[in-house]
Amino acid sequence: MNNMIRPYGDTLNDGAVQLSFTLPVPHSAKADEAARQYAHKLGFAEVEVVHSNPLSADFSFFVVYGKSQHQLDYDKIEVEAVEKSMDFYEVNNYIKEHIKRKVVVVGACTGTDAHTVGIDAIMNMKGFDQHYGLERYPMMEAHNLGAQVANEELIRKAIELNADAILVSQVVTQKEVHIQNMTDLVELLEAEGLRSKLIVCAGGPRISNKLALELGYDAGFGRGTFPENVASFIVEKMVERKSQLLLTTNQQLFT
Amino acid sequence: MTQSKLNLDTQKIDLARELSKLITRPVNNYIAQHTTVAIERATLRMLGADGVTADEVPVPNVIVNALGDKLQYGASKYYINALLRKNMSIEQLNEAIADGLDITTLTLTDMALIENKATELVTDFAHRVKENVNYRNDRITACKEKENAPLLYLIVATGNIYEDVKQAQAAARQGADIIAVIRTTGQSLLDFVPYGPTTEGFGGTYATQENFKIMRKALDEVGNDIGKYIRLVNYCSGLCMPEIAAMGAIERLDMMLNDSMYGVLFRDINMYRTFVDQKFSRMINAFAGIVINSGEDNYLTTSDAYEKAYTVTASQFINEQFAYDSGLPAKLMGLGHAFEMNPELENGFLYEMAQAQMARELFPEAPLKYMPPTKYMTGDIFKGYIMNVLFNFIAKTTNQGILLLGMLTEAIHTPFMQDRFLAVENARYIINNTRDFASDIEFKKDGIMQKRAQQVLNETIAFLEQINEKGLFDSIEDKLFAEVSRPKHGGKGFEGVKEKAPDYYNPVYDYLEVELGLKNKI
Repeated sequence: MNNMIRPYGDTLNDGAVQLSFTLPVPHSAKADEAARQYAHKLGFAEVEVVHSNPLSADFSFFVVYGKSQHQLDYDKIEVEAVEKSMDFYEVNNYIKEHIKRKVVVVGACTGTDAHTVGIDAIMNMKGFDQHYGLERYPMMEAHNLGAQVANEELIRKAIELNADAILVSQVVTQKEVHIQNMTDLVELLEAEGLRSKLIVCAGGPRISNKLALELGYDAGFGRGTFPENVASFIVEKMVERKSQLLLTTNQQLFT
Repeated sequence: MTQSKLNLDTQKIDLARELSKLITRPVNNYIAQHTTVAIERATLRMLGADGVTADEVPVPNVIVNALGDKLQYGASKYYINALLRKNMSIEQLNEAIADGLDITTLTLTDMALIENKATELVTDFAHRVKENVNYRNDRITACKEKENAPLLYLIVATGNIYEDVKQAQAAARQGADIIAVIRTTGQSLLDFVPYGPTTEGFGGTYATQENFKIMRKALDEVGNDIGKYIRLVNYCSGLCMPEIAAMGAIERLDMMLNDSMYGVLFRDINMYRTFVDQKFSRMINAFAGIVINSGEDNYLTTSDAYEKAYTVTASQFINEQFAYDSGLPAKLMGLGHAFEMNPELENGFLYEMAQAQMARELFPEAPLKYMPPTKYMTGDIFKGYIMNVLFNFIAKTTNQGILLLGMLTEAIHTPFMQDRFLAVENARYIINNTRDFASDIEFKKDGIMQKRAQQVLNETIAFLEQINEKGLFDSIEDKLFAEVSRPKHGGKGFEGVKEKAPDYYNPVYDYLEVELGLKNKI
């Protein structure tokens, strides 16, 4: 049995959606009609332009309601399961038990992006929303390089500090420049033969785990990520890699 | 000015100012003994140096690079000497330098001749800037009625100056009083100013003299059309502080973000370099009647706004003292602060209002610049819009001077045209609807807001005492501001600082010192 769904306004399956957008035309009755027809083209029925305003001589702003005609089968939606992560204390204990030394993490907001909000939230002592940042973890050595760090510089620092993991933050970007920048980092790491030695994670409001994996990262962290989520991932991945490494070595031993 | 609402102890306020004087004094001593590559380039620009080589190296950089250790004597005499020796006009000389002429190898002529020529060049520069100041003052006086209070400040950031023009003109028509053209990310770290009109940038547009000119013209055009004077802002920060100030003075910019602490903490610029640069840049801004904006708001993006409110207030006091020391009158000090408390905080609104009102009462003549929420803005644009309402309400109620409008899409993307429109609508609704609210209310004696302000003032004094004991530079190194540590000799640009020789010569500096009444003052 399908589980078809549509947006919900006040009645099941009414498909009600609110939209706001700008059209590059002078404000007029014709502009309102254009907005209505445009929403209709987007697949909305019963379109109502409830508000419109001139933004300048050549631009107009609209608030529009419509009823979507599309639906989808909710049962066919797949997402990666969110794993429960360890908390601050569990992470530190885990490191003591399984890694037995401090884990070195180097983070930066790379490329042209100047917004350190993300990397600061994850790394700074204070952390974010009552969740301590990695600098506060006694079993971690966290280095926040700040903003506008070149990929080359980040790698140089990672080598110098003998890092276990690299965190890259991309917050506000223009014209998708963050994708290129993130790809460049992975290519540089591969060229230097470092990719497999490091856990490489990306984070930012527009970064998803899926996108990060596609770009060759070990993980991506989007909105709502707390420092302990990142810390858990890093330390568990390190242990996982180590055991895989042992496994391969043992196999080689036996063949 | 409304009467005091917070019942602050004036003796404590005086003490904070005394401490700021003590804190800035050793820094000023260092500043007085040094020049920088950027100061020399700025001076050359004000004397007339301009243009670029075939490889896009600006002429002022060519000269300063060629000077090497001779920089300790100041670049001016070599440039003026070349004008005299070669018997060339400014334009001819700039072209010759761009084509490869090395002016630093020419034998120096009689210093009296150089000084005469310098007077002529400085007079030309001063004349142009004074004309700009007069024009601005006349227009502002004529258009006063249409101005919003606070002035509404909007940002454009397309990367393309011609696209910026469209957005800026639209924003002005929607009601903005001030337009800032955000610089391309990373420009603050360039040790030169790019040349000509530019159409590519990331997260912003290059600050170039030509771009300044293009935007100035566009804003004058729309301003004349709607009967307002639209103020233009750029960023006089980073490694080219004084050069940007010089260009802004020439092209009639009206405001400049101008705060070396910001460069040190958030751009990792060397502290010696940028404090020396800041002094000269502020002198130029003072002379050109340009309102500076300081960047205290940024501290709160990394520190907690409730716990570390005193760092903002302390920094405002220090910035005020540095500004006075550069000849800036209080009316040109757009001291910064921000609405950044956690929205979950109980009574957070009261603490924000206490802080904003305190800034108002501590710096009664300063056109305070109030920055919108950014740290706790999420993808929930509806909540973001409400946070901006509270922010605008406090701005109006506490008589802030410059209101940087919050965008409901902050933290999502650079603003859409409609986002700016909604921001202006929000602010104008509040400004009109609560017009005389400030003068109609008093704060409860010993209530939450009075107590909070008094507590922050006490913490500010304790903090200033601590800074005074350590010294400002060591305090920065020890993470006292924004929880960021910067080593004194680290960061970018330290190699560009030079000790002045006893016969260091800078005719623009000398002129400005006299004009601003700084001679023998410090």
